[in-house]
Amino acid sequence: MARRSWISQAACIAWKDLHIEGRSREVLYTMGFMAALVVLVFSFAFISGQETTVGPDAVAGILWVAVLFSGTVALSRTFDRERESEAIRSLLLSPVPRSAIYAGKLVATAAIMFLVELLLAPLLAALFSAGIMPHVLWLGLLLLLGTIGFCSVGVIFSAALLRARSRDALLGALLFPIVIPVLLAASRATAYLLDPTAPDLDPALFWTRFLAALDVVFVVVGLWSFEPVVMGE
Amino acid sequence: MLATMPSARRSSASFLAGIAATLVGFLLVPLLVANAPLEKTMGVVQKIFYFHVPCAWLLMLSTFVCAGGSLAYLFAGSERGDRLALCSAELGVLFGLCVMVTGPLWARAAWGVFWTWDVRLTSSLMLWLMLIAYRLARRYGGAGGRRLAAAMALFAAADVPLVYLSVNFWRGLHPNTKTVSSLAPGMRLPFFTSLLIFSALWGVLLALRMRVERAHSRLAELAIAVEDAEEESL
Repeated sequence: MARRSWISQAACIAWKDLHIEGRSREVLYTMGFMAALVVLVFSFAFISGQETTVGPDAVAGILWVAVLFSGTVALSRTFDRERESEAIRSLLLSPVPRSAIYAGKLVATAAIMFLVELLLAPLLAALFSAGIMPHVLWLGLLLLLGTIGFCSVGVIFSAALLRARSRDALLGALLFPIVIPVLLAASRATAYLLDPTAPDLDPALFWTRFLAALDVVFVVVGLWSFEPVVMGE
Repeated sequence: MLATMPSARRSSASFLAGIAATLVGFLLVPLLVANAPLEKTMGVVQKIFYFHVPCAWLLMLSTFVCAGGSLAYLFAGSERGDRLALCSAELGVLFGLCVMVTGPLWARAAWGVFWTWDVRLTSSLMLWLMLIAYRLARRYGGAGGRRLAAAMALFAAADVPLVYLSVNFWRGLHPNTKTVSSLAPGMRLPFFTSLLIFSALWGVLLALRMRVERAHSRLAELAIAVEDAEEESL
């Protein structure tokens, strides 16, 4: 058999994960439900009396906190499936560069998270009367970039925590300090996009670019460090 | 065992020199700081600067040393690098705590609030949190904890400029980014002496902590060797 290229190997792994998820829809449902609950908790906490909305800053914050919290659920499941019947061994023994495994896992997890976010944003718009429509494509791009930044770090940590007992407790605690710049850039850009009174969109453009630069840094460090991190498995 | 003796003796000598320098420094620096000129607006409160800034510098240094050690461990399998990373992360947590205690005290006196979301405050806080997370990963990370922590250290080092930039853009520029270069001449000597002595203290503590860690791993090796020998004799 002809040797497959790195990209098609990564695509194979991503496809495998998405295929399993398509059958069980486990992560999709649990993560989606978790995200909706986070938004509801914030609604109960922030909205009082006759108000129907909170400021664009708060809406952006709620969106990204929901993405972060529910994303942790998705990430902790990314490698969970590989523990069953020691599937991780076969995956690591297969003649595939480790960086392709990382890329495949990253794409699959980010895709699932992004799907949930596509449902989350309209929910937020409905609950807080936030105007997402004027810049809906831009907002979609932000969600995608933010998710990639979050997952690029998260996939590594999730892989390294495969055998840890307190896996679920640790993942968030270790991940959040590192991805703070992603949260900051994404929520700032989102806030500018959602603000109908914003004079211009230059800051949003700036933060979107900054977010893209963060993604590049994190993905490069991820591709580079994945192999030694999972070597001991 | 015998082969390690000369290097152990050499490191003992430099270690004793470090301790001596630190002790002398701890007698010298308070005198210098006490005799340093008073700052015009803040008065005696500003003297915390001689303590606060060296701690912040060591927090930063610890992060990069930790990342360097982790790099050696991850890519070259260096156990020494791993120990260096662990010990410097611990020192980073310690000196970070000093920063987080002295910073708000100074801020309260200078700006009237304990905390502002100023770029340097926020990025020091983030750095400190990352080092605490590193310790958590080491302690509770299970079988893959060491590798996980090493990866965290790499991400943390890559994060340092990013956190600084993002907070800077978020809050606007800090007004006095040139504090050290604009120091009054009378303040320079106490400041740089203090910086030097704190760095020496950091070095001494690092050497001490690495000795403990080395003894730990040696002990574990010996325990395994004893167990093996017992099994063989059975």
